[in-house]
Amino acid sequence: MRLLLKNGIVFDPLNNIKGEKMDILIENGKVVEKFSNERDVKIIDCTNKIVMPGGVDIHTHIAGGKVNAGRIMRPEDHVYFVKEREGIIHSGSGYSLPTTWLTGYLYAKMGYTFAATPAMPPLSARHTHEELKSIPIVDKAAYTLFGNNWFVFKYIREKDYKKLAAFVSFILKSVKGFAIKLVNPGGDEAWAWGGNVKSLDDIVPNFDITPRDIIDGLIKANEILNLPHSIHLHTINLGRPGNYIDTIETIRIAGKYSNEKRQVMHVTHIQFHSYGGKTWKDFESKSEEIVKELHKYRNVTFDVGFVLFGETTTMTADGPMEYYLSRLTGLKWQNLGIELETSPGVTPIIYRKKSPVHSIQFAIGLELALLSDPWKYCLTTDHPNGAPFIRYPEIIAMLMSKKYREEIIKEVNPAIKRRAIIESIDREYDFYEIAIITRSAPAKILGMEKFIGSLNIGNDANISVYEINPEKYTYEDIIKAFSNSYLTIKNGRVVVKKGKVIDEIYGKTFYVAPKIDDDIMREIYSDLSYYFKRFYSVNLANYPLDTIYLTNPVEIKTIPKLERIVMK
Amino acid sequence: MIVTDVVCPFCGCLCDDLVIEVDNNEIKTVRNACRLGASKFLKHKKNRKKKPIIKENGEKKEVDFDYAIDKAVKLLKNSTRCLLYGFSSTSNEAIEYGVKIAELLRGYIDNTSTVCHGPSVVSYQTVGYPSCTLGDVKNRADLIIYWGCNPLNAHPRHLSRYTLYPRGLFTERGFLDRKLIVIDVRETDTAKIATKFLRIEPNKDYELVSAMRSILNGLDIQQDTIAGIKRDEIYEIVDMMKSCRYGVLFFGMGLTQTYGRDRTIDNAISLVIDLNRYTKFSIMMMRGHYNVTGSNQVFAWLSGFPYAVDFTRGYPRYNPGETSAVDVLSNKEVDSALIIAADPVSNFPKEAIRHLLSIPYINVDPFYNLSSKYAKIYIPTKIVGVEVEGTAYRMDNIPIRLRKVIENEDLPSDEEVLKEIYERLIEDEIVIKERYSI
Repeated sequence: MRLLLKNGIVFDPLNNIKGEKMDILIENGKVVEKFSNERDVKIIDCTNKIVMPGGVDIHTHIAGGKVNAGRIMRPEDHVYFVKEREGIIHSGSGYSLPTTWLTGYLYAKMGYTFAATPAMPPLSARHTHEELKSIPIVDKAAYTLFGNNWFVFKYIREKDYKKLAAFVSFILKSVKGFAIKLVNPGGDEAWAWGGNVKSLDDIVPNFDITPRDIIDGLIKANEILNLPHSIHLHTINLGRPGNYIDTIETIRIAGKYSNEKRQVMHVTHIQFHSYGGKTWKDFESKSEEIVKELHKYRNVTFDVGFVLFGETTTMTADGPMEYYLSRLTGLKWQNLGIELETSPGVTPIIYRKKSPVHSIQFAIGLELALLSDPWKYCLTTDHPNGAPFIRYPEIIAMLMSKKYREEIIKEVNPAIKRRAIIESIDREYDFYEIAIITRSAPAKILGMEKFIGSLNIGNDANISVYEINPEKYTYEDIIKAFSNSYLTIKNGRVVVKKGKVIDEIYGKTFYVAPKIDDDIMREIYSDLSYYFKRFYSVNLANYPLDTIYLTNPVEIKTIPKLERIVMK
Repeated sequence: MIVTDVVCPFCGCLCDDLVIEVDNNEIKTVRNACRLGASKFLKHKKNRKKKPIIKENGEKKEVDFDYAIDKAVKLLKNSTRCLLYGFSSTSNEAIEYGVKIAELLRGYIDNTSTVCHGPSVVSYQTVGYPSCTLGDVKNRADLIIYWGCNPLNAHPRHLSRYTLYPRGLFTERGFLDRKLIVIDVRETDTAKIATKFLRIEPNKDYELVSAMRSILNGLDIQQDTIAGIKRDEIYEIVDMMKSCRYGVLFFGMGLTQTYGRDRTIDNAISLVIDLNRYTKFSIMMMRGHYNVTGSNQVFAWLSGFPYAVDFTRGYPRYNPGETSAVDVLSNKEVDSALIIAADPVSNFPKEAIRHLLSIPYINVDPFYNLSSKYAKIYIPTKIVGVEVEGTAYRMDNIPIRLRKVIENEDLPSDEEVLKEIYERLIEDEIVIKERYSI
């Protein structure tokens, strides 16, 4: 099967293509330079349409225990957002918590073809993968939680980074994880006793270790293992006034390390970590300080975690934060302390325009994006925490149109004028920059340029085509075009046509498998069997999962080296 | 041959440390399991059939699988509304196909939590659910409360594996480090070993929870006794709850299926949320069948709702009391049914059973039970966790892969049967064209 996208205006930042008129050739599901023969070529005219690689979402809670716990807990989220079954295309429901089938369709409708779920507890990894398995169209990956793991605490306390790396690789391989994720390092362990950590140098109760040690240790392990992605860090004190100081401190930890290929730390949903003030009353934006600090370090990247007004669900492996939030809002709250590993929570939230705090949160997201170099970050809402992913087109429109921003700012709480700087920023993104923050930068930050986020010859043909004139457009046009892609092509097959899902295929699932010497494995194995026997409630033999839970598994092998920790 | 690390497919505990001796495809001994679990392995040959049974012209006859599935597909296709029910004793893989069939046929689908922890799920939707895993209980909990349940008889290894007896990192002395409170209407076996047993009057749970919350929130109790329990004792219990390091409240049918139902659970969950102001406290449902949790989970990720899902409009709807199995049967809204791994005829209300028996239904189950007896088509299958692998969820939502212990080449698995039905249904162009406009 051959497909020719003719005369599209192509944006492919990884190949430095800035809106050139060109043809894209697809054969056997891959992008090719020229067809092996010219028979049965289907030509699609893309004149005056924008062609981009399929979108890449680096951080979106679309599958796993807490997402489903949210679905069970919030039928009200599903009642008013439903989709009927049409032909082979399944039904679904859920606005901030779409069901698995619907998740795949909604992403494809926006032209996205990759989504990574960022917080998989190893013990319930099977659940995450079962859900990922039933998400159609998009390629998938799952980051594994390590920030509150007892083994990690033990090896870091003993300063045995070799064993730490071996343990991390064992877990990643066992649960088919893609990257190391830290959520409130040390905080969840404190939460198991009802507490939390307040600063990077607080001692985690009973473990004689600090959040700083955990972050530092896991960077070391990540560099030893030579994983494609850096550590993916949700740092401490999320969503608290004055937390920007902790965020800056966190970023500085990365300063010690360097890696020629990629960043060594990815700070996620940094919007929730850029707050000034001492209480909710003098809550203010500190985006300038954060951006300044971020741009001092070449080896730190981030994603934004935009907040948009409306109702959504918050969910994170940061258990204490969810409790704190639910006590603020008075809404229902769910928690699941997972033995030895983590403690996720879920609670609904309504971001209101009349609330000063929510208005400032909204402003911070935009400020961070508009003040930054687009190669340094990715567009996310930390779905569904800031807003559901289906609202990405609105964010794109806000970044591209100052007029749209001004219209919204008029409606929100006036605190946004005094305690945020959004009004003073005139920058407007162009399509090339949008392609960077939704395609190229996330792919590069993930270390996956070889597979996703570009139209390289030989790559999987994951392409989106949008119907919009790049010379002349309004913000309504942008929202319309990016919400309903003219075409979404996944592995060379047209899955979305004019905003309607017409075909269903299942994407790849990426996971990493660092190669570890048997000698070290034997050493950690004795620890593993002791811990599993004493503290876990499942046996070690029933812990790892098989690739039968993955659709089209792709193993990314890495060769670890102990010398790899390059200190500056 | 010795098979180790076998997962027990009986109750919501999903103990995964069983050691089973198999000789020549025969199970000889089962170690580590409780009596309930061991019997599932040792008596797996009881009440089994080798061939599907079909009732035609008032006569029952054995037929082959292809014919039975063909008949089943025809029956489902010719009905206007069908109900799919069961799923608590089968694997997630099979449940997924169940949801797909219900969706394709625009029918109703429900699982056994509808007559079990349904009220708990409803209150979970009202106030939330602060919970933890059983391993967390093992490592940390120093106060265990069992309310309206009797694990010593219903989940026999619950206390020894997870709650009262095991030694964890912060509970090194095992049961010496823990206190056990049992609240029940009678002195059960579990109550006999409790540090503190409260005999509550039947159906008075709501009053007791409210009293506890009042005390916790700084109010004073005026009455001398509440729900048959003395005022001082309630104060004492609340004090124990407040002063513990890590408490867990387990509750069973005694709390969910008495007066108040979901309102009582609302109150109990709110009590636990209130307690989190003082210490760390969690709550957990004592799930019965080994994969009833899994059926809630699979339903939720495919349709958005944990049980009582209605696909009659082509998209999922949920309204327990209207779309739940008992109600659609009692209201005579369905004209066929597909019952998978459950026995509604022996435990549904009379009104519902009367309608179920009046309509043709298909039963897919490893065991020939009362529902199978009255089924139009009965299709025997492999036992998940004994003869075939599959995924199941423990009562604390931890997924575990069940193992295969012995071979059974005569029968297909639940998953295979449902997959076959689904594929034959979808193959049939007529079904699709008639019901959907493409």
